[in-house]
Amino acid sequence: MTVSFVLLALLTLSAAVAAMSMPRLIHCALALAVAFTGLGGIFLNLGAEFVGLAQLLVYVGAVAILIVFAILLTRGSEVSMRPGARSAISGTVIALAVFAVLAHAVLTSGVSRMATTAVTPSNRVQEIGVTLLQQYVLPLEVIALLLTAALIGAVILAWREKSPAAQEGAETR
Amino acid sequence: MNGYFAMATGLAERVDQIFVTFDHWAVTNTPEPLRWLVSILLIVVPILAVFPGLFALTTVLERKGLGRIQNRYGPNRVGPYGLLQPIADAVKSLTKEDVVPRTADGVVHYLAPLVIVSTAFLAYAVLPVGRNMIAVHLDAGLLFFFAIGSATELAVFMAGWSSRNKYSLLGAMRAIAQMISYEVPLILSSIAVIMIAGTLSPEKIVLEQAQYTGIFPHWYVFTPWGFAGFLLFMTAAAAETNRSPFDLPEGESEIIAGYFVEYSGFKFALFFLAEYLEIFAVSGLGITLFLGGWSAPLSFLAVIPSWIWFFAKLLVMIGVFIWVRGTMPRLRMDQLMNFAWKFMLPMALIDMVCAGVWRFLPGGALWVVLRWLICAAIIVVPYVALARGLEQGRKIEQRVYRYAEEG
Amino acid sequence: MNPLSACLIVAAFLFCVGLAGALSRSSAILVLAGIELMLGAANLNFIAFWRYGALAAVSPFHSLTGIVFVLFSIGVAAAEAAVGLALILAIYRYTKSCNVTQITELKG
Repeated sequence: MTVSFVLLALLTLSAAVAAMSMPRLIHCALALAVAFTGLGGIFLNLGAEFVGLAQLLVYVGAVAILIVFAILLTRGSEVSMRPGARSAISGTVIALAVFAVLAHAVLTSGVSRMATTAVTPSNRVQEIGVTLLQQYVLPLEVIALLLTAALIGAVILAWREKSPAAQEGAETR
Repeated sequence: MNGYFAMATGLAERVDQIFVTFDHWAVTNTPEPLRWLVSILLIVVPILAVFPGLFALTTVLERKGLGRIQNRYGPNRVGPYGLLQPIADAVKSLTKEDVVPRTADGVVHYLAPLVIVSTAFLAYAVLPVGRNMIAVHLDAGLLFFFAIGSATELAVFMAGWSSRNKYSLLGAMRAIAQMISYEVPLILSSIAVIMIAGTLSPEKIVLEQAQYTGIFPHWYVFTPWGFAGFLLFMTAAAAETNRSPFDLPEGESEIIAGYFVEYSGFKFALFFLAEYLEIFAVSGLGITLFLGGWSAPLSFLAVIPSWIWFFAKLLVMIGVFIWVRGTMPRLRMDQLMNFAWKFMLPMALIDMVCAGVWRFLPGGALWVVLRWLICAAIIVVPYVALARGLEQGRKIEQRVYRYAEEG
Repeated sequence: MNPLSACLIVAAFLFCVGLAGALSRSSAILVLAGIELMLGAANLNFIAFWRYGALAAVSPFHSLTGIVFVLFSIGVAAAEAAVGLALILAIYRYTKSCNVTQITELKG
């Protein structure tokens, strides 16, 4: 455990807490982007170069932007977006209980006494590519299909249908 | 005679590696506890000094170039030939009042220019500016470049949203839509290079191209797929950096100045700086991927140091950007999106197929010509078909003005 | 405490932050963001076990399993975010709200 890991973990966790607790939705989305960046930083810190950069590219470059766009396209619902008192308390209590269980499990299991390898396992980009295209070629094709289906599905879902009411509104305007 | 030749090449190599040698000397000659600091400073300070310097030079070049294209003198009052103009500009932007709108979101408004400038600088970490001259040796350097570049979109959104101004939000939305759309062909056209070079490391991609057949280099731009890829890459790069003719996010006649309309003084200068840094970075990447990076265009010209070649190529690219800006009209938003999704994306995919065919066709004596012809056909036929298809059903006729009467 | 369990604790906390957000926030978009955080925490676990686990030393054949799993997980999360946000947009267009407590049309 190094200083950089501790700093990155603190950044990630505080940004995540901010993302889940700030009153304004856009601030939440920006804090979420910071949390994703910190997570990518932790991956890099652990030596997983390709995955860390892919995390940055996908989450900061695509998912955070998607969330921001969704927030802007659903304006008007922003007023009632205070964390509801009752659900906030119960949600936090449940989450803390889950954390206590998980932390207890991690600290008492054999994992915390396990000897850890000191050197980073090799993960050159070329090796990852060969593994993906030989050993895991079927899952790769399946996920390509999944992403295509998701793309088409998202476009169809978000397609603005020309409803009669909307057309009337356009004419009166 | 031979001795002189050997001495000359030895000297050339010395000059070529002068910065690397100095770096090594400085690090080994500092006491152990300070070494990490010195080695970091020796990487960061040159990047922080050279590229903003290039930015200052480019502002003058651009204004003078645009002036010449538009039949006027550019700046010519400050210093000889107006060369000291950037200093005057810097003093002006530093002494101007920093106006923040009363309703602006203070923290986000303050952070946006910082985020955009720091991400722009980070991209230089993986750009090889000379032989052995790269800041960070990353195995997945290209992925780093694109990952850092995608953070710019969020910074643009921060600037546009936090200003609480319709025009800046519109500009930011335009900018983000455009950057996301053009990021796809940008990355896809560089995938062709990755497929051929078999690596994501910019250094190794340059080394692959820095070989010579006779006196001619193996630059990827001299292959059918590389040529098409280079054109696609640079077009997408111009759109990605909001450069003319894709400068809709800043269209001053439509939305004043886009997402940074509410920034003044030094913060505005930071946006300006970041925009040019991105242009340099993405041009540098284009040079690295297609134009052989720091390698010399002809084998006997390799006596000139590699870093001079890199910056010479960069200056040529900047000149092309200025030329395009001076001569091309701005696109409309729907034209921009149609161009990205209906033309650039299919062409980039076809380019990838072409690179694959190029890779797996045999390399015998007869095949050299045949390979060329096949790959050129793979590019040209879809290009013609696509252009024809997009043009069909579109008649060019006199424009009908609905709101403005013709005087 | 070794580095592996430190990573696991951080991941557990991140998971619980996401869980708390998904349970307590009323905006559907933030619920989705909480789920993304939980997925990120799971990815951190995979990376931690890949980095510190004993599997890499035992068999080089499996040494990249953690990495590959996280890559697939990132891909699935991206698809999930796209479809989820499109659903939220469609619901918003229909009900003019994306508050999860107000979308109760299917309640019996």
